[in-house]
Amino acid sequence: MAVPRELLAEHPLFVGLNDEVLSVTADCAVDVRAGADEIVFRTGDPADRCYLVLRGRIALDLVAEGGERLVVDTVDDGGVVGLAWLVPPYRWYLDARAVEPTSAIAVDAVRLRALWDQHPGLGYVMLRRLVAAMYERMQSARVRLLDVYGRHT
Amino acid sequence: MQPRAFTVRAVRRHTADTATLTLEAVDRVPLPFAPGQFTMIGRPGLAEVPISISGDPAEPGHLEQTVRSVGDATAALVAARPGDRLLVRGPYGTGWAVPDAVGGDLVIVAGGIGLAPLRPALLQILRRRAMYRRVVLVYGSRTPDQLLFRAQLDRWRELVDVTVTVDAATPGWRGSVGLVTGLLPAELDPGRTRALVCGPEVMMRLTAEAMMARGLGADRIEISMERDMKCGIGLCGHCQLRELFVCMDGPVLGYDRVRPLLTVRGL
Repeated sequence: MAVPRELLAEHPLFVGLNDEVLSVTADCAVDVRAGADEIVFRTGDPADRCYLVLRGRIALDLVAEGGERLVVDTVDDGGVVGLAWLVPPYRWYLDARAVEPTSAIAVDAVRLRALWDQHPGLGYVMLRRLVAAMYERMQSARVRLLDVYGRHT
Repeated sequence: MQPRAFTVRAVRRHTADTATLTLEAVDRVPLPFAPGQFTMIGRPGLAEVPISISGDPAEPGHLEQTVRSVGDATAALVAARPGDRLLVRGPYGTGWAVPDAVGGDLVIVAGGIGLAPLRPALLQILRRRAMYRRVVLVYGSRTPDQLLFRAQLDRWRELVDVTVTVDAATPGWRGSVGLVTGLLPAELDPGRTRALVCGPEVMMRLTAEAMMARGLGADRIEISMERDMKCGIGLCGHCQLRELFVCMDGPVLGYDRVRPLLTVRGL
């Protein structure tokens, strides 16, 4: 069942967007919930959904030797989980795990990409928002590489 | 100002290189201070260093100072034991404008040992919690085992919004991973919010810019600067930042005053 437009409109990624974008996207979306420590998606799975966190926390894990989980990032309320659905071969390269009970909107990425192919204007509007989210994540990764807390002034 | 003799009464070790010393003046005279101020402190016979006061301003009889070992003088302080004598000058410098935030919202952002200079402000706010509206603490650290005052963070959560994040998680960590800037309130009331920021300079600058992107004026953001201080009283010039002396005009400075200077090479 599609999510209400109003629910989608509350997520920061969609705040202020017009009814057409909201309607088209809401039709491709479902409400999902994950319990604490539940795996949302695994490395190598098809990246066929975009997750918009409403409430809770998702950890992005790199699974290392022996199955050890290395948390590379977390996504909290209002965040976007999963960007690999934008880039071929559309496969997840990390695990996503709910750290605590989490509710999210899962958007069918395959349907969304097809819609954007037919209506590029819609895609452009959403890609600008998604690129901003990617940019922020990239900046965060760059600054963390500097290890500012480990440097002595 | 002549140094005063203090006795180490307790040492709380946070990590291998960071400790909070609780000191009592040998003459038992309290040392009143404003949150954000620092002292020049050292072992007799060794160099003195500027260390922010991290204790409760309502308890000036017990001076608390949090030290991170980054050289010989600070290593000697971190290695102190109860009963040791230290020499203290001060307090010096400017404090956080906590009274100016009465009736409004406060966003307090700490990075690493930057929580120590902010702790006195937090303790002061918590004593008078009803005088402020929304109070948010965002605290970032390198790893979970480098977090300071962990037990107090849990107690503070009962009165203010506390979010903790780390750059790199360790097994079992269930908190946030990422920069403090990713956890700032999405929306602010620019006319009623003040921000207090302390930590590595890069972190303070990115945080202040992120707050400004949310509509907060630079004049409503305070940061605590750190520069090589030797005298603490504006004479030697080591801490000079163009026309500013960090030891006297700071260490707490309005971001509007210091913003143009932070990216100037050589300052």
